[in-house]
Amino acid sequence: MKLKQPEEYFISRKIDDFFSGLYNATKFILLFFREALKPPYEFKEIVKQCYEVGYRSLALITLTGFVTGFVFTKQSRPSLAQFGATSWLPSLVAIAIIRALAPLVTALIAAGKVGSNIGAELGSMKVTEQIDAMEVSAVNPFKFLVVSRVLATTITLPILMCYTGFVGMLGAFINVNQNEQTSFTAFFQQAFSNITFLDIFSSVVKAIVFGFTIGIVGCYKGFHATQGTEGVGRAANASVVLSMFLIFMEEMLIVQITNNIRG
Amino acid sequence: MESTTIGEEVITIKDLHKSFGSKHVLRGVDLQVCKGENVVVLGRSGTGKSVLIKIISRLLKPDSGTVKVLGREVDKLNDKELQQLRLKIGFSFQNSALYDSMTVGENLEFPLVRNSKHLKRKEINIAVETVLKAVGLSEAIDQMPAELSGGQRKRIGIARTLILRPEIMLYDEPTAGLDPITCIEINNLINLVKEQYNTTSIIITHDLTCAKATGDRVAMLLDGTFVKQGSFEEVFASDDKRIQDFYNYNFTNK
Ligand SMILES: Nc1ncnc2c1ncn2[C@@H]1O[C@H](COP(=O)(O)OP(=O)(O)O)[C@@H](O)[C@H]1O
Ligand SMILES: [Mg+2]
Repeated sequence: MKLKQPEEYFISRKIDDFFSGLYNATKFILLFFREALKPPYEFKEIVKQCYEVGYRSLALITLTGFVTGFVFTKQSRPSLAQFGATSWLPSLVAIAIIRALAPLVTALIAAGKVGSNIGAELGSMKVTEQIDAMEVSAVNPFKFLVVSRVLATTITLPILMCYTGFVGMLGAFINVNQNEQTSFTAFFQQAFSNITFLDIFSSVVKAIVFGFTIGIVGCYKGFHATQGTEGVGRAANASVVLSMFLIFMEEMLIVQITNNIRG
Repeated sequence: MESTTIGEEVITIKDLHKSFGSKHVLRGVDLQVCKGENVVVLGRSGTGKSVLIKIISRLLKPDSGTVKVLGREVDKLNDKELQQLRLKIGFSFQNSALYDSMTVGENLEFPLVRNSKHLKRKEINIAVETVLKAVGLSEAIDQMPAELSGGQRKRIGIARTLILRPEIMLYDEPTAGLDPITCIEINNLINLVKEQYNTTSIIITHDLTCAKATGDRVAMLLDGTFVKQGSFEEVFASDDKRIQDFYNYNFTNK
């Protein structure tokens, strides 16, 4: 079917784009699992990419994690003080950080720093035919480029998330210590008294899912960058936007499931 | 050795069609390339020359028609067979497609290391030095692709394919965007590769100097099909208006 004017069939074309995009993305994800499970495994490349992911996001995550813990504690104090319940501050902050803030802050920063980088890097390799060049020299570009990056983000995000949680708790402790003079051990004892295994487990699951999302979205957008240098910018940008959107969707879903389990 | 094997068809294309959406790019292409031959495919921009060699190396799938390379139909190969075939095909990309996060040396060893895992460091280094010497750029080994000139990038791109000792070379616009002297150097390199590595080549170009210098045979692609094949002189002796226009345009604009 030839479309003469762009305004014609606008809606049906959008719907068509949406479903063919969905189809291609599903195919991309299935291909990832097929290639990831098939030996040989690219250990060296995976380790290199893990290092990249950690290195790129570490500074920003440290800062953001600390500030989040510190500020969240500071802002929560007045409300608790109304009920004379400032002694609950450590456990409140711990629940907020471990259940919600640590995974989300880590994922959003990684989406911005790492996701955009993957999108841009693979996008530029795509438009300058470097991916084609790998393919014709009998190297599987999907395995070499995509599998290693997606595994790296999936492995690294839970680790970064734990780190964010730790730094965030440290920020919270410093604020509590300044105001209530709570000792280090007392703070952490109280903080973790209300944290269950399920809380930690669901956050780790979240971080794994977020990490996978960031990697696969960045790679997908990069691999499908269209001709030209502006396609590279578009791929980087679309990686961030789409992975952030998906991260929020997944967050809502996982929270629902966890709350159902919690009963 | 050429004379004994000539006549053996290395690439055979029959009635090849390829469209992108509503755009019918290749409309029934037929081409035979014999062992040891350099065939030049001429045609204006956008006529589907790159699409043609991308189909030969199976970067693109044909819509219909048959493409046989070294006796195998490329469309019917499984993953493993395709890998095997691709090891025998060298592809020189229009913009060289060097991996810009790697040095020249790493670029060159990449296909080798990835395809034969048990090579010793020493063997790899020797292979890299050999191909660098073949393209005359031994001193560039530690440079990054971004530091090279267009002609040098082209040479490294060719060297990277030579390291796998291909039987077939596909050159996509090897002289596009280069100054006339560098063009001549690249033409000489293409001929040298043919002699030293016994390759069979398809050279895509719209540069008639390159066509004349490197081609044993010329095929003219117009409107998605080969309108004329033969020696350079034969093709341009044709009174087809489109071929004459192509010829005049090339030389009056130099
Ligand atoms: N992957 C692709 N998707 C859509 N159209 C393409 C693709 N590759 C090539 N084309 C179209 O096919 C035509 C021929 O392209 P190409 O083979 O690159 O021309 P050239 O002869 O200059 O090398 C062009 O009009 C181009 O727009
Ligand atoms: Mg082209």
